[in-house]
Amino acid sequence: MAHASELIADDIEAYLVSHQYKSLLRFITCGSVDDGKSTLIGRLLYESHLVFEDHLAALEADSAKVGTQGGELDFALLLDGLSAEREQGITIDVAYRFFSTEQRKFIVADTPGHEQYTRNMVTGASTADVAVLMVDARKGVLTQTRRHSFLVSLLGIKRVIVAVNKMDLVDWSHEVYETIQEEYRDFAKRIGLDDITFIPMSALKGDNVVAPSQHMHWYHGPTLLGYLETVEVDDDTAAGPLRMPVQWVNRPNLDFRGFSGRIVGGTVRPGDPVRVLPSGTTSTVDRIVTMDGDLDEAIAGQSVTLTLTDEIDASRGDMICAGDAPAEVADQFEAHVVWMHEDEMLPGRPYLMKIGTRTVGVTIAHPKYRIDVNTLDHLAAPTLELNEIGVCNLSLDRPVPFDPYADNRETGSFIIIDKLTQNTVGAGMLHFALRRSHNIHWQEVRVDKAARADMNSHRPGVVWFTGLSGSGKSTIANIVESKLHTLGVRTYLLDGDNVRHGLNRDLGFTDADRVENIRRIAEVARLMTDAGLVVLVSFISPFRAERDLARSRVDDGEFVEVFVDTPLEVAESRDPKGLYAKARAGELSNFTGIDSPYEAPESAEVQLDTTAVTPEEAADQVIAQLRSQGIVD
Amino acid sequence: MTDTSNTTNDTSTTSTPDPAGLTTGRLTHLQRLEAEAIHIMREAVSESERPAMLYSVGKDSSVLLHLARKAFFPSPPPFPLVHVDTTWKFSAMYEFRGRAAEEAGMELIVHQNPECVERGINPFDHGSALHTDMWKTEGLKQAIDMNKFDLCFGGARRDEEKSRAKERVFSIRSPQHQWDPKRQRPELWSIYNARRSPGETVRVFPISNWTELDVWQYIHLEQIPIVPLYFAAPRPVVDRDGVLIMVDDDRMPLDDGEVPMIKNVRFRTLGCYPLSGAIESDADSLTGIIQEMLLATTSERQGRIIDFDGSASMEKKKQEGYF
Repeated sequence: MAHASELIADDIEAYLVSHQYKSLLRFITCGSVDDGKSTLIGRLLYESHLVFEDHLAALEADSAKVGTQGGELDFALLLDGLSAEREQGITIDVAYRFFSTEQRKFIVADTPGHEQYTRNMVTGASTADVAVLMVDARKGVLTQTRRHSFLVSLLGIKRVIVAVNKMDLVDWSHEVYETIQEEYRDFAKRIGLDDITFIPMSALKGDNVVAPSQHMHWYHGPTLLGYLETVEVDDDTAAGPLRMPVQWVNRPNLDFRGFSGRIVGGTVRPGDPVRVLPSGTTSTVDRIVTMDGDLDEAIAGQSVTLTLTDEIDASRGDMICAGDAPAEVADQFEAHVVWMHEDEMLPGRPYLMKIGTRTVGVTIAHPKYRIDVNTLDHLAAPTLELNEIGVCNLSLDRPVPFDPYADNRETGSFIIIDKLTQNTVGAGMLHFALRRSHNIHWQEVRVDKAARADMNSHRPGVVWFTGLSGSGKSTIANIVESKLHTLGVRTYLLDGDNVRHGLNRDLGFTDADRVENIRRIAEVARLMTDAGLVVLVSFISPFRAERDLARSRVDDGEFVEVFVDTPLEVAESRDPKGLYAKARAGELSNFTGIDSPYEAPESAEVQLDTTAVTPEEAADQVIAQLRSQGIVD
Repeated sequence: MTDTSNTTNDTSTTSTPDPAGLTTGRLTHLQRLEAEAIHIMREAVSESERPAMLYSVGKDSSVLLHLARKAFFPSPPPFPLVHVDTTWKFSAMYEFRGRAAEEAGMELIVHQNPECVERGINPFDHGSALHTDMWKTEGLKQAIDMNKFDLCFGGARRDEEKSRAKERVFSIRSPQHQWDPKRQRPELWSIYNARRSPGETVRVFPISNWTELDVWQYIHLEQIPIVPLYFAAPRPVVDRDGVLIMVDDDRMPLDDGEVPMIKNVRFRTLGCYPLSGAIESDADSLTGIIQEMLLATTSERQGRIIDFDGSASMEKKKQEGYF
């Protein structure tokens, strides 16, 4: 760095020019708290003169207070961001660090190695070009080394550095280093990693981090920083065909219609033929517009605005592709899914999926298998829990343009969003489109829903009673059905308890089973609606997402959600089936209201306060609503 | 105000790659950072109903505003600038503020916490903590609530301070504007989740991955106007516990017989003038500033007085809703 300092002092202009043309490398460091990972990054920051005096003063104070290096500078303390974590002594999230050398600027994703934090490592790896895997020379290749390697390969990082750290503690032994190298290579082959560089080092003493080690003359390779400064990151996506997801349609006036987006594959020039997906419309690039003037060419990584020669209707979520090499379009996929939330994945539940700039509805099937990240074994699994990774089929409610993740990390990746909390609960990488979506066609029927409904004196519909056990759903639903019957309405009552004796007797009361329970009932209700009936459904149905699913299965105006709003203490005091008593005694688990949540409706068509009205009055309110929706006269 | 900013001309260096860069098909780090920031801004605008840009008049805000103009060109940025004012900013900042909004063709919304106006909250009588909390933290919450903004851009960077290294680009705030470190969403690839539940808002930091040097270099290359206080000039200052405070107006209380010294000073960060420490400097050009910064041995935030009360204080402020 001395050279740079002199240049800064003597000729700042020249320094700025040299800095201006630096490239950027993003890398991730993986390892456990004990591997010296934080010490390594701290040293890289320190040696590239990025630790300021005030930070250093704080570091000295912190080292004395909570440091683990016996009063010496504890570089690891430079990195721990949140005070709660600092006290625990464990980094629990992804932190990003920045430093630059004369060659390059670096962004380091610092992720913890602890088992339960797969989520964080996947997050950090998703944007990294290179991975640095820390191995403690005394311990060799551990289970966690394998786990990190698998995740690195899963996320498509092709270049891996195995930093064999703490060589000072094994007397700088060449033999130890060789053994580790051999063992790791055997393993790496299995997971498809082949570009591996091994560097023996001591992050604590500084050997082979920035300066070559004076203790290991048997090693002739680069230092860690030397490698990071020079490694070629050949950008496969830049060489591939044009991909630009449309982010925003730019219309300042009637004469200008541009499509703004970031190019995530290939290059584009005016005159290039393009195809807009999923519609498949073709056109030609007219201009590449930026505030600094039109460009002759734009490449992967740049944010631009394209205008086309034809007036075509493209909008946010569409993808502009090379005319002769467009992306695929499909609505069913196989993918790797990484679950990232404390609430387990619920197969069959409608979630949202964001892929590129497009957000669509998605349901995830039961995993084909879960991958044990330690052994790489494929295991049967009904669902995925936090930090679990599996291979699943996905079914989307609309077709999307995509590339397999192996071809393009930007157009083959997606996140899963919970509809209720809006949280990001999962992420994944697309493998390929399933062919079956093209092969199952609807059987065309001659007598349709309208024709069947015309035979009746009323319209079909679903009256969905939801509420706690003992709230009075079944009582009220029975009265409603009697009243409808006398009005000449063709009805059918689906009751939770009864259906569980037959159609759903294979299901229990876990969250996943509750979702499947409701999915089946929603489908049965839809078929009966199709047949022209007014279907009364009396189910606890605790989750909003599933009730919304049921609503989405029938036409607008056909769904009547009835919230039988009875406070828990009232329902519990009634306890007609003695279930609350059992649940309180711990004999029944997953009991709604006790140890399983109930999500009250936010906008039910009818809300019945059973502490204020009689069942008879409640039934009349429901029928009044059916009249106002035009289902019955 | 003609000497306020570096001169403007037509050449732009970052967006036109050097010939060598083009032939190798590589973008420089600044080009990548610029493209990333533009991408983030377009995503944020597309996924919000009422976005706004928090504009502090500082250099990071200037960069943010410049990026916004690039992101939506030829349209003007489709959101207003919001300045949460304390009435204690440097007068040069007020002059600069209106002109910046006008040049960008954007609406400027200025919010002053009415309770502070009424009670005359100031750093001298009420202390820096209360002053900052009421004018800035509370003021910001009010500005967001009153205007029903659901998404706000801010200029925070991860390299500024330890607790920010883990901040997300899209940061969800509760209806009470609280930041919960345990509830932050994972951010993968360049897919951002801006969805929010009723009442929740999102803060978006498009220059998260920039360093202080990147910001200065970008200002240099793009010739972005900045407030002249960043450049050294003779200014009246007084010494307060080793910190040089500029006497920007006659509200600054002076000791009996105290006469402000005229020193060649500049500011590394700008805020309320009584809380912004000046540094003695002769750097009166951008390259001079950058040179000084690169050779400096103290970090940027040190001039900000709110940081002095313990190294975790920024994190606490963030949880309370301070930007």
